[in-house]
Amino acid sequence: MKSIQELEKMRQETLEKVNLRRDRKGTRIVVGMATCGISAGARPVLMALLEEVKKRGLEDVTVTQTGCIGVCRLEPMIEVYKEGEEKTTYVEVTAEKVKKILLDHIVNGKVVYEYTIGAYEK
Amino acid sequence: MAKNILTDENFDKLQLAIDENRNVKGALMPILHEAQKIFGCVPLEVQKRISDELKVPMSEIYGVVTFYSQFTLESRGDYIIGVCLGTACYVKGSQAIIDKVSELTGTKVGKTSEDGKFTLEATRCIGACGLAPVLTVNEDVYGRLAVGDIPGIVSKY
Amino acid sequence: MELYRSHVLVCGGTGCTSSGCLKIVEKLGEELKKHELEKEVQVVKTGCFGLCEAGPIVIVYPEGAFYSRVKPEDVERIAEEHLLKGRIVTDLLFKDSVEADKIKSIEQVTFYKKQQRIALRNCGIINPESIEEYVAFDGYSALAKVLTEMKPEAVIDVLKRSGLRGRGGGGFPTGMKWEFTAKAQGDQKYVACNADEGDPGAFMDRSVLEGDPHAIVEAMAIAGYAIGADMGYVYIRAEYPIAVSRLQIAINDAKKHGLLGKNIFGTDFNFDLEIRLGAGAFVCGEETALINSIEGKRGMPRPRPPFPAHKGIWNKPTVLNNVETYANIPQIILKGAEWYSSIGTERSKGTKVFALGGKINNTGLVEIPMGTKLRDVIYEIGGGIPKGKAFKAVQTGGPSGGCIPADYLDTEIDYDNLISLGSMMGSGGMIVMDEDNCMVDIARFFLDFTVDESCGKCTPCREGTKRMLEILEEITNGRGTLEDIDKLEKLAKTIKSASLCGLGQTAPNPVLSTLKYFRHEYEAHVIHKKCPAGACQALLEYIVIADICKKCGICATKCPVGCIDGVKGKEVYFINQDRCIKCGACMGACPFKAIKKG
Repeated sequence: MKSIQELEKMRQETLEKVNLRRDRKGTRIVVGMATCGISAGARPVLMALLEEVKKRGLEDVTVTQTGCIGVCRLEPMIEVYKEGEEKTTYVEVTAEKVKKILLDHIVNGKVVYEYTIGAYEK
Repeated sequence: MAKNILTDENFDKLQLAIDENRNVKGALMPILHEAQKIFGCVPLEVQKRISDELKVPMSEIYGVVTFYSQFTLESRGDYIIGVCLGTACYVKGSQAIIDKVSELTGTKVGKTSEDGKFTLEATRCIGACGLAPVLTVNEDVYGRLAVGDIPGIVSKY
Repeated sequence: MELYRSHVLVCGGTGCTSSGCLKIVEKLGEELKKHELEKEVQVVKTGCFGLCEAGPIVIVYPEGAFYSRVKPEDVERIAEEHLLKGRIVTDLLFKDSVEADKIKSIEQVTFYKKQQRIALRNCGIINPESIEEYVAFDGYSALAKVLTEMKPEAVIDVLKRSGLRGRGGGGFPTGMKWEFTAKAQGDQKYVACNADEGDPGAFMDRSVLEGDPHAIVEAMAIAGYAIGADMGYVYIRAEYPIAVSRLQIAINDAKKHGLLGKNIFGTDFNFDLEIRLGAGAFVCGEETALINSIEGKRGMPRPRPPFPAHKGIWNKPTVLNNVETYANIPQIILKGAEWYSSIGTERSKGTKVFALGGKINNTGLVEIPMGTKLRDVIYEIGGGIPKGKAFKAVQTGGPSGGCIPADYLDTEIDYDNLISLGSMMGSGGMIVMDEDNCMVDIARFFLDFTVDESCGKCTPCREGTKRMLEILEEITNGRGTLEDIDKLEKLAKTIKSASLCGLGQTAPNPVLSTLKYFRHEYEAHVIHKKCPAGACQALLEYIVIADICKKCGICATKCPVGCIDGVKGKEVYFINQDRCIKCGACMGACPFKAIKKG
């Protein structure tokens, strides 16, 4: 190691990989991955989320899975927990919708109302 | 049992270890560790070779070998049973465990059974205090023991 | 680099390896493959989580779900339910982590809640065999900071102000030690690490080396820079094979990445490290004995002065610190002296790692701020005494320490308080004893250890400890007299003041402290020939309680020497004391609990 820059580079590269195990601050995105969710296509959603998070270098965002969120007919569903914010539930999510959710909500802080469960119910 | 351990092959291995460490400062300990691994013990013949090669007096080597408990002058049994007598195991009753092992193998603590099968040792803490009391047979560890478990363990070997 | 959505951490410390974690890792691999999760879930073998009692331990992040005593057959369910479907397998979780149907993550479990992890901060979190992961958790940043921004004197100054004291036992201020060595004259200086953790029942150094070996490499390089040394030795017990191999991997990786070797971080600082194996001699934990052993001699202590700071390895100035001490140093450099000195008590700063063992529910490794009460460690973190037994004493400091009775449970743990109670911090063994442990027998046990490990160089230790052991054996065998107790005390004080090294000077502590707090137990042994705890076999008597005996005769059939007389169904059974070998078989066999020992 010849310079601090090299060390910092290594740190950044690995940080993404191990970030899950640090103190859980920031944003948590949970994908419903019970049998219903998986059969409705939750896995591509999960992969899209992981990819987008990585692409944008969102350090404080963790993507994780959970069991059945409960409204199986609206699967795939994801829930976003942001610090200081109520939980937001998005329904019938697709890989396309993921991109918009990440950009508008996670990066710019604007909830994408038309995808949320509230919008659907109306 | 008198296995012949002082073979040419073993001495060749020892020579390699000596050559590798010759220029290291304080080479004696690393070489003795290797010797113990190669021969299973460090008898006088082996000490003599190390002495000749390193130009260190035999008396000094003998002194070092006998000081440390990891080095032994005689070879040990095929199965080394170590019963932990560390504090945590002791307060949980490992003395009774060691007595039972001794009775079943016919081996006194620190000795090797006559057929060369078992060596019984009272070891210091092996750090598996969560499993106390603990015994090891070579690499295998048995924990959370009761005296009643011992016959089953010994009969496996 | 792959990004995983979930990390499964499996403890690969010695405790969990002994209870079979390798099979778990293997099985996890198979299951992930079966469910095609290899690209989503990463399995990491880490260092010790500390709660060895509950091993093998598996932790799943990001939930922080804490599975304990996992068996290979449980892995299938964890993989299918949790990793595939995201449903935590509640019944496999650590018992304390489920409360009123709410699942707590590992940080919230009582065992961890009161702890503050500095030396153990990476243990159980990173893969100890990956230099990248260490770097990701700020590893080697302290070394970078020191080499590029600080003068050696400034490093020493930070350490001095932090108040860090040696964690190996004596508690000497680390900054001062470094300063002495830095100022000593010498063309060549050395840095050494004492990893010859020999106290029975103590394993914190091993856990640091197994869980976070790079921290030691980094800290030793920092020490090298501060004192002007380019070579370091880690002296480690050969009994710790996992620790040795992980440290070797760490050293090799550090060399490969130029974090050891020449011109580190482009500066003119060079530093190299070598491992030296101990060979099973407790006395080598004493600094001058350790130095002799590194030099390839019998590990006997040298008289001090000269101290190692002036004449250490090959008579060159040497700074020698313990593993846990080093583990604190990178953090102190990064977070500052003020941060560190804000933790702890007036004269003992920071945290201390203890290996909690003996008669306690949560056996394991705990790191607590100095000043925590003994009671909190034993009853809150440790979860109290099993089987509802009564607490009798806690032993700290291993064979150099003493037994602390219940009256002092509210003592705040720090160097000075423990010494004033006749014990010491030592390296951090903390063994809990209950009503069934005889304090005379415990003293005998420790003396047996010191007699075995005395190097034989000085007479007080070589002869004196042997005589003390003989007296203790007489007492536990019921042949002791009151004069013996006085003799024991006098001998103990002589050995304490006249021995050459720390081993001899502290060897009488177990006896002196038990004499101070449990003299009545000694007296019961010599006057009444009774062992109140029922631990000393020679003084035991098994007696049939006539009122309870149902005359079934089971005891008589179980007795291996046929010393129990009676007539089945007609006569209460009776144990002939002169023939009884005190094996206890009758007591175990009696269905009515009609046999007592006393």
